[in-house]
Amino acid sequence: MNWQWFHRLGSPRWFYEKTNAWLPWLMVCAWGLLLVGGIWGLGFAPEDAKQRNSFRILYIHAPVAYISMSCYYIMAISGAVGLIWKMKLPFMVMKACAPIGLGLTIVVLATGSIWGKPTWGTWWEWDARLTSYLILSFLYLGAIALQQAFQNRDTADKASALLALVGTVNIPIIYKSVDWWYTLHQPATLKIVGKSSIDPSMLYPLFVMIVGFYVFFTLVLILHTRTEILRRESRTQWVKELVLGKGEGKRS
Amino acid sequence: MKFQFDSLADFMHMDGHGVFVWTAYALVYGILIYLTVSPLIQKSNFLKQQKKWQQLQKDSSNP
Repeated sequence: MNWQWFHRLGSPRWFYEKTNAWLPWLMVCAWGLLLVGGIWGLGFAPEDAKQRNSFRILYIHAPVAYISMSCYYIMAISGAVGLIWKMKLPFMVMKACAPIGLGLTIVVLATGSIWGKPTWGTWWEWDARLTSYLILSFLYLGAIALQQAFQNRDTADKASALLALVGTVNIPIIYKSVDWWYTLHQPATLKIVGKSSIDPSMLYPLFVMIVGFYVFFTLVLILHTRTEILRRESRTQWVKELVLGKGEGKRS
Repeated sequence: MKFQFDSLADFMHMDGHGVFVWTAYALVYGILIYLTVSPLIQKSNFLKQQKKWQQLQKDSSNP
């Protein structure tokens, strides 16, 4: 089997040059979908019979929750690939994931809390879903702290990757917490297996937002990884040429 | 598909839920803008810093 593609995928320079052309498209698609989905959800989706207009927070809360969990898996898988194959790029992706994931997790907790006040009558409850989500934010914080704690970059990467791998156990707990324990949080609205309990007029804008947030996540992960590549490869000839303005992402 | 509110004021107020909905949306879009812009600023700062450093190296090797 030809493994050339796999090794090329691990090259920071190849990644930096390849993704340069993708960025404008991703930027337009992500922000286009997020604006269309946001306006649709805010003004054109019908009001919920029980939660009234506060239900519109669903269109930002649920998609951000999905990507903050996906981000954690990508961080852990990148860490594992870096540890197993000793490749540089996956560790850079892993490091880029941590601040993005932390930002998104804080947003999920904040929007959930804002949604909780008119719906449950409280900003916060120490129930299984909310607590396991708070632990997710601590795991991201831990990954960032470990990156800062070691002078040696290899040691920092390895420690961070190990924490990310151990922390993956929390993701299925978050997902199933509403089924395993009695919680204030509503059960999953969208189901992969079985019929979803949401009307199509409410589902379509949600679908647009989910796709938009995944495209957005791809965009910011690439942007943060590219910055990390420049930092780590600053002594290489191709980055020195880039600094001098001899072409953005083009092989000389 | 029709607009669900009678007026702009109605849209902003959302039957008393407006303050929660708009705060949540402002927070999310604020973070999204930050996540998009921050790596671009970091990259620009990095390039400026490296350029200055390369210039210093060049000056010190050719006094």
